[in-house]
Amino acid sequence: MGTTRRDFLTTAVTLASATTMRDDRAHAEEHPHQEVPSDLALRVKSLESLLVEKGLVDRAAIDAMVDVYENKVGPRNGARVVARAWMDSAFKQRLLTNGTAAIAELGYSGEQGQDITVVENTPKVHNLIVCTLCSCYPWPVLGLPPVWYKSAPYRSRAVIDPRGVLRELGTELPSDVEVRVWDSTSEERYMVLPERPAGTETLGEEALAALVTRDAMIGVAKVDLPHVGGRG
Amino acid sequence: MNGIHDMGGMQGMGPIEYEEKEPVFHAPWEGRVLAMTRAVTATGKLQGGLRPPIESLTAFEYLRMSYYEKWLTSLTVRIVASGLLTRAEIENGHTAEGSTKSVPALSVADVPAFMRRILPMRKDDVAPRFQIGQHVRARNINPVTHTRLPRYVRGKAGTIERDRGVATLPDTNVYGLGEKPQHVYSVRFSARELWGDQAAAQDAVYAELWDDYLEPA
Repeated sequence: MGTTRRDFLTTAVTLASATTMRDDRAHAEEHPHQEVPSDLALRVKSLESLLVEKGLVDRAAIDAMVDVYENKVGPRNGARVVARAWMDSAFKQRLLTNGTAAIAELGYSGEQGQDITVVENTPKVHNLIVCTLCSCYPWPVLGLPPVWYKSAPYRSRAVIDPRGVLRELGTELPSDVEVRVWDSTSEERYMVLPERPAGTETLGEEALAALVTRDAMIGVAKVDLPHVGGRG
Repeated sequence: MNGIHDMGGMQGMGPIEYEEKEPVFHAPWEGRVLAMTRAVTATGKLQGGLRPPIESLTAFEYLRMSYYEKWLTSLTVRIVASGLLTRAEIENGHTAEGSTKSVPALSVADVPAFMRRILPMRKDDVAPRFQIGQHVRARNINPVTHTRLPRYVRGKAGTIERDRGVATLPDTNVYGLGEKPQHVYSVRFSARELWGDQAAAQDAVYAELWDDYLEPA
């Protein structure tokens, strides 16, 4: 695989020419379910082989880390934190005082969660989190961020037009609510504690956690009761 | 650096493209790039931060590349700059003869603890320059380096909301040019201070800012 391999490896260092990549992307769009490895997939595979040869990377460790990101962390963790806070006012107090420590009580910790501040939504205050400079996000409780959170439209507008962003994503905020946008410019990470919806007084912690969405913990949505007869 | 990455407050980026039931990774290589970045970083041999090579992309490249393509670019650039692989090795796709394995890699046995670890807070004995409730102004500076002072707050007045403790200054530390440990604060800016009368009077934006980014208002 000499020449071809050298070609895509070169691009890894020099950055691919725009023309090549445009062709690649156009091709991918025409065949969204193609199984042929992309140029990027081949570059990454080759880089991984080199790093393994050099002893800088253990392939099994990479497999294990990918498994954690895909299966062990994610917004279900954060949903359990929220449900616990709704059920247990002492826990909620600890959560709002020292988010990292309270979240660790439920067994969640790690990279991009060294310092987590939990901000509480109330009938008068709505919080929204963003990272205008990059992609900072509280991994231990929410997992890896969705593409839209890392995208230019969200990052650029969340700070200047948070109400417009929410409206675009389906939530209209009353004009008298105070909107607080949290820009993650340091190592501090944020999670929104959404309002507990009315009509959930009889639900247990697990049922409450099932209602909590990733978007509500970013602050681009509220927690709703499933519509009667809806998908639940 | 006043690059395209510093996009808070920009307009004209288009609608938010929301994907229902989004997968964690859109292709297996994305997960490999993320995990390799963390694994090589864990060896302690990778110099520089993730972001400077990404922020040095041209605006065109930055907006064209997918998120993990940018990570791949940063990892590759830093691997070469740190002397872990040569450019020739990457271009040829095999390691040079006589090259040695220099460091123990992060092992699979280390992964569970590595993924859950919480690093201790810095305990530097550095006094804060500002107090909670104090009025401050973000400095009007335009560093050509990596910085965490977004353009949209520069020259704007705000209030110290919380003292987050001490952290290294990314502007120098990310290049190995000095840790400069100092206090970081959560600073509240009223939306009208930032954006004028089009913003709702009660709305606010909070940014986390280092001592060096601030001056008394």
